[in-house]
Amino acid sequence: MKLVSSFVAGSDAARQNREAHLAMLSTVREAAERAAAGGGPEATARHVSRGKMAPRERVAGLLDPGSPFLEVGATAAHGMYDGAAPCAGVIAGIGRVHGQEVMVVANDATVKGGTYYPMTVKKHLRAQEIAEECALPCIYLVDSGGANLPNQDEVFPDRDHFGRIFFNQARMSAKGIPQIAVVMGSCTAGGAYVPAMSDVTIIVKEQGTIFLAGPPLVKAATGEVVTAEDLGGGDVHTRLSGVADYLAEDDAHALALARRAVSHLNRAKPTTVQWQSPEDPAYDPEEILGVVPADLRTPYDIREVIARLVDGSRFDEFKPRFGETIVTGFAHVMGCPVGIIANNGVLFSEAAQKAAHFIELCSQRSIPLVFLQNITGFMVGRKYENEGIARHGAKMVTAVATTSVPKITMLVGGSFGAGNYGMAGRAYSPRFLWTWPNSRISVMGGEQAAGVLATVRRDGIERKGGSWSAAEEAEFKRPTIEMFERQSHPLYASARLWDDGVIDPRHSRQVLALSLSASLCAPIEPTRFGVFRM
Amino acid sequence: MFRKILIANRGEIACRVIDTARRMGVATVAVYSEADLRARHVAMADEAVLIGGPAPKDSYLRGDAIIAAALSTGAEAIHPGYGFLSENPEFVDAVEAAGLVFIGPSGKAIRAMGLKDAAKALMSEAGVPVVPGYHGENQDPEHLAGAAEAVGYPVLIKAVAGGGGKGMRKVDGAQDFAAALASAQGEARTAFGNPAVLIEKYVEKPRHIEVQVFGDGTRAVHLFERDCSLQRRHQKVIEEAPAPGMTEEMRQAMGQAAVRAAEAINYKGAGTIEFIVDASEGLRPDRFWFMEMNTRLQVEHPVTEAITGVDLVEWQLRVAAGEDLPARQEDLTIRGHSFEARLYAEDVPAGFLPATGTLAHLRFASGARIETGVRPGDTISPWYDPMIAKVVVHGPTRAVALASLARALEQTEVAGTTTNLAFLGALARHRGFAAGDVDTGLIGRDLDALVHEAEAPLAARALAVLAVAGLESGQGTGFALWGALRRAIAFDPPAYLRVEGPGRVAVEIDGAEHICEMRADGWWVDGAKTGARFHLGGDEITVFLHGAHRFVRPDPLARASQGPASDLTLAPMPGLVKAVFVQPGQQVAEGDRLAILEAMKMEHTMLAARAGTVAEVLVTEGSQVEAGAALIRLAEEEEAA
Repeated sequence: MKLVSSFVAGSDAARQNREAHLAMLSTVREAAERAAAGGGPEATARHVSRGKMAPRERVAGLLDPGSPFLEVGATAAHGMYDGAAPCAGVIAGIGRVHGQEVMVVANDATVKGGTYYPMTVKKHLRAQEIAEECALPCIYLVDSGGANLPNQDEVFPDRDHFGRIFFNQARMSAKGIPQIAVVMGSCTAGGAYVPAMSDVTIIVKEQGTIFLAGPPLVKAATGEVVTAEDLGGGDVHTRLSGVADYLAEDDAHALALARRAVSHLNRAKPTTVQWQSPEDPAYDPEEILGVVPADLRTPYDIREVIARLVDGSRFDEFKPRFGETIVTGFAHVMGCPVGIIANNGVLFSEAAQKAAHFIELCSQRSIPLVFLQNITGFMVGRKYENEGIARHGAKMVTAVATTSVPKITMLVGGSFGAGNYGMAGRAYSPRFLWTWPNSRISVMGGEQAAGVLATVRRDGIERKGGSWSAAEEAEFKRPTIEMFERQSHPLYASARLWDDGVIDPRHSRQVLALSLSASLCAPIEPTRFGVFRM
Repeated sequence: MFRKILIANRGEIACRVIDTARRMGVATVAVYSEADLRARHVAMADEAVLIGGPAPKDSYLRGDAIIAAALSTGAEAIHPGYGFLSENPEFVDAVEAAGLVFIGPSGKAIRAMGLKDAAKALMSEAGVPVVPGYHGENQDPEHLAGAAEAVGYPVLIKAVAGGGGKGMRKVDGAQDFAAALASAQGEARTAFGNPAVLIEKYVEKPRHIEVQVFGDGTRAVHLFERDCSLQRRHQKVIEEAPAPGMTEEMRQAMGQAAVRAAEAINYKGAGTIEFIVDASEGLRPDRFWFMEMNTRLQVEHPVTEAITGVDLVEWQLRVAAGEDLPARQEDLTIRGHSFEARLYAEDVPAGFLPATGTLAHLRFASGARIETGVRPGDTISPWYDPMIAKVVVHGPTRAVALASLARALEQTEVAGTTTNLAFLGALARHRGFAAGDVDTGLIGRDLDALVHEAEAPLAARALAVLAVAGLESGQGTGFALWGALRRAIAFDPPAYLRVEGPGRVAVEIDGAEHICEMRADGWWVDGAKTGARFHLGGDEITVFLHGAHRFVRPDPLARASQGPASDLTLAPMPGLVKAVFVQPGQQVAEGDRLAILEAMKMEHTMLAARAGTVAEVLVTEGSQVEAGAALIRLAEEEEAA
């Protein structure tokens, strides 16, 4: 059962792989550090000089010391809005408060006053979606001027825009998922509803304000002259209006009050799976960087990765001799039982059937699923179409789409075409979707896409009797290849929240474990599959 | 030998007596007050009898109840320990009248030594040198002033019936005499019910050297000297044997004088002759004078046991049971050097105020002899002496023994109450003390340096931050995708930490970062092994790292503004409310006397912190209060206006 690795640590290939991965990692790290710096040192210094804690220190101060923090969208909005919204101006992630996992959403007022860009809204909603699916109490550390006005058309009107935040709050509260707001700065206009819609609200004295219209708007509308504090400060809201419940002396006190509020939630994690004692893998996860080829086109055995993710490197492989291009089996990650589905080549009909079978098994047993994606797609060609690969692929997609067990997806290589669907891509609502820096995501490879377009073009030219030189074709293909290359990059994807973040492959095990633990805060409902096309 | 004895005492001495009795096959009966139901001496003894309420006068000073307990349990003899009834001749008589054996001297011998002036006259007759002075019955102030003049200033006024420094005043010149006399007499009257005083020559660079004697009623031997010069306000702090700088000639002179003193009163059992020694020109055989005799086992007897190999309690039992002196003088020799430090629950920086508390954590050094009456979890109550333990070490030389003492103190861990451990440690490292250059003024001269609380070492502070954060066991991964979060920790000064992985934390204090790593043998800080241990008690954290370092764990929720504290007058220590001078409604000025609190036989006057009106008197005279108890409340400024 224990996997045996054939990896040779000292080999040239291992060294080259490692170097390539480290280079890719440093690019992502730079992006993450830029995002973590928020509005930069000057804006942060201004923020702190007002007696406020820096946004990330607020998050830390809310969580238990030593708590993990599984950040979501750590490089959101990277390269967007001319770099004006690092981290999309909001910090989101899962941490522990008094030992309970909670979702924290903290506005970063050092980024354009914490106003909501389109990606800010998307990230806030994604955090709420995770919280709702995982039944995680939400704590909003609010310090935001509301919608970013120049972008109002992409922030305000649509279904998944600003209003959805409050819709989610109400719906989650109705489901018994606690909503707690800590007002540590402005909460203007629509933003006022974050604290107002919360179950419990804490406001910082002479710092937090909540109002539908700020003093300038009030003056313009009615001529009334009023200070922000008198209009909607902490004293007003805790003593007169009742919009907030607790008055805090400062940020630190407010966080302590929020922690106390969490301690009184009276929630217990449901019993779902049989946990075991965690055990380190027999093979060092550090070696993943040497194991995985730098070039996506180089095939390798995905079991080498599994051996570096799972407890004791033990893997009970299911149907090992059938549909060998997909690897399925049972293992534990930090003590949590999981069913792993990992690509080991292109998908054939047998592989798709085997995966569907395995998903049924895990659903029957309430075992969470982990998808390790490295897929170029389903096999093409007459033989395969004729044998009904679409029918078999549909079985897999049906199983993935309708299972109720938590799914965690990790892009460890390519994620192309229908393979993305069968392997629980974003559209299949995995609880979490993480990517490695070497991964690529697009409808197909750039070369193939350019090739398809070039073939159509050539046909057109030649039909009209023209001719198209190889050099002309190459020139035609270049922008498409470049576009695909740019758009399939994990930072491009993560900036747009097609995933929950790019991670260091060596951290995969911790990330999986934390994702599983968060997912298991919600009960696992029985599965009811759709009709399988037999 | 006795089959069964009763120990009329509590605390470490009761435990120490039980230890020896048990080794000798003698059964033991403990007595206890209501406050001592769960005390160590009760747990150790074969039998235990309740003799009354917590106040000593209701229990440990009740001779009748103690004798009744001995009779009812079939004990044949009573060991008095020290303090309480140990030097009360009426008790000795009553014990003997009840047909029991008192393990100690006769009532007659105690009486002979009980009144200091009579004792000195007796000793003078026996050829024991005494300090020049006036020990007469004429207590007329003018006569006493004349006597002081005759002896020559500076002089010492001492209560005739005194002990432990009460009713004692030093007077440097005639102009101060009258005031000092009145004050000493007042204190003597309060403490002993007898205002009579004596006048003595005040000795420059005095050393307190005492000789342990042991008699069988006719003959006596001495077991050499102890030096108890390290005193604070006449309370011994660290004792040693033999005395540093002692010459064989002087030792013989002092020993022979002490034996003469004991034999002069047909002394039976263990006793101590205290001498004052003028060390201004080193130790000289013509410069020691008899001060008083303690007719009991001394607190510091273990240092004598350490250098002679004698178990003094065993000797007490054997001689009381009728045996002859267990050794001849020529059989007794000195081996090595010994120190004893008295570990007390007391607040040294606050002026050595006695403290109370529950010993939430108590761990003693290995390799030292520990005499203690308490265990982890026991309480130091306000009713009795707040001693926690005596730490006794022995070594081949004074230097080795002193190093052992310093190390033993460093390894002693107490949490739950404040202690004098740091003060003892500072003394053990004092250069003059190390050089043997001791006198009774040493502590007073260097008091500021000795009680100065050195800032805790950086490693201890860094680890305290961890403990405040609840990470003292190294739990928590602090996992983050791209960099650990920096978390503020409420500490003084404000601190931050980043958990960089399991058992690895970067702690930031005053802008400097310290890497704390949990390894198999505990915490390492900045690459250095600390061996640190923690005690977490409520709002307080103690880090044991070359001594105990206490830190406050602030409650992050306790932020609501409090009313001005100056409205309340709080008891600074546990004690008895001796007097209340004000009534509700009364106007007081800042500094007015509000009440008197008596604690550990000292009177503390509570003064008004500000002018105002008394709103409430929260205690009555005679009530026992805990430290921090509210005594008097002044009306709020607005309320009064």
